[in-house]
Amino acid sequence: MAKITMTVNGRQVSGTCDDRTLLVHFIRENLGLTGTHVGCDTTQCGACVVHIDGQSVKSCSILAAQAAGSSVTTIEGLASNGELHPVQAAFKTHHGLQCGFCTPGMVMAAVDMIRRHGSSLDEATVRTELEGNICRCTGYHNIVQAILAAAAETGGVRQAAE
Amino acid sequence: MYETNYHRAASIEEAAKLMGTVAEGKYLSGGMTLIPTMKQRLAAPSDLVDLRHIAEMKGVTVDGRAVRIGAATTHEEVATSAAIAAVCPAICGLASHIGDPHVRHMGTIGGSIANNDPAADYPAAMLALDAVIMTDRRELRAENFFTGLFETALEEDEIVTAVRFEAPVKAAYQKFANPASRYAMTGVFVARRDDGVVRVAVTGAGSSGVFRHQGLETALSANWSPAAVANVTVDDSDLLSDIHASAAYRANLVKVMAKRAVAAA
Repeated sequence: MAKITMTVNGRQVSGTCDDRTLLVHFIRENLGLTGTHVGCDTTQCGACVVHIDGQSVKSCSILAAQAAGSSVTTIEGLASNGELHPVQAAFKTHHGLQCGFCTPGMVMAAVDMIRRHGSSLDEATVRTELEGNICRCTGYHNIVQAILAAAAETGGVRQAAE
Repeated sequence: MYETNYHRAASIEEAAKLMGTVAEGKYLSGGMTLIPTMKQRLAAPSDLVDLRHIAEMKGVTVDGRAVRIGAATTHEEVATSAAIAAVCPAICGLASHIGDPHVRHMGTIGGSIANNDPAADYPAAMLALDAVIMTDRRELRAENFFTGLFETALEEDEIVTAVRFEAPVKAAYQKFANPASRYAMTGVFVARRDDGVVRVAVTGAGSSGVFRHQGLETALSANWSPAAVANVTVDDSDLLSDIHASAAYRANLVKVMAKRAVAAA
């Protein structure tokens, strides 16, 4: 058994689990944060995407023990003071979801994409970078629009701040 | 996944020592192949020794045209390294097309070459760049390192610590990705040194894994142009044939990818 301590959404958490426990199960079952989903369970669909130390990763393919000592952000950690994160708000505005199952991973992937590309993000890049996130409802169109809108908004804010 | 014991090493020395104390251990780097394989119960190591936190195995050094990449450097770090891009952008481009963004944040160059998947991208680069694979006990030229499907010259407990190579004057990598898995159905890395000698390595197509193609090397050394590929014969008898592509189809892809790579270099 492993005693795991990590920071999740800014809060230090500890738990005991098998060494073989996947990070996604630790998050969902030990911490009760069920926003992170298990879709394909084979590193392909991206429903389980969370951030470790600021970078997007697939939590179904990482042991909780590998993430020990790290800072993890899940979908629950994005909104602050009851306000949706700009990417979440953009998904709502642009109807970037239907059943919602892939949405947590899509949003976490989008936040990471915008972190890396800023407001220079274009449609071709968004579509290429969504390679690791699968949606079976929307045909991606509204997801792409939502990400572009959020990039324009938050990238613009970042530029203004600089 | 079968039960396993996780250990985290802080140094290369500690990792080797830990491996010596366990029954059937495996080194774990980014884990982007190993963890999924363990989940499918196709691998069942008793112990995992995590190399991802070893500082001396991380990072990139570029000195003139000499490039050294630590084994625990992620694909994302290689893809976005301005220092490497200045001398060998081909390897940045290659790294930027491995898996997806989330996989690239975890997967490492050391893990990729130690696994030697016959459809992995990095082995082709190592072979074409005449890279030296550095381990905790020796240095091996790439052509002596990759020995077959998922096989390398590594001893059971040996650790890849870094790779180094001299940046060529021209290089490029082109792959034809499987539309579903995005693994290379055929990938070709071409590299031309300043004395005009060209090396061509092919991944995803060979039935024994990555290989160099003599005919393409000779033709491109004599005439560095996409047109020089046209008259080269690619024998399909040692190429993979599966539901995705026949050997003959892959043989044609080798030429097409080589042509595109020379055009892109």
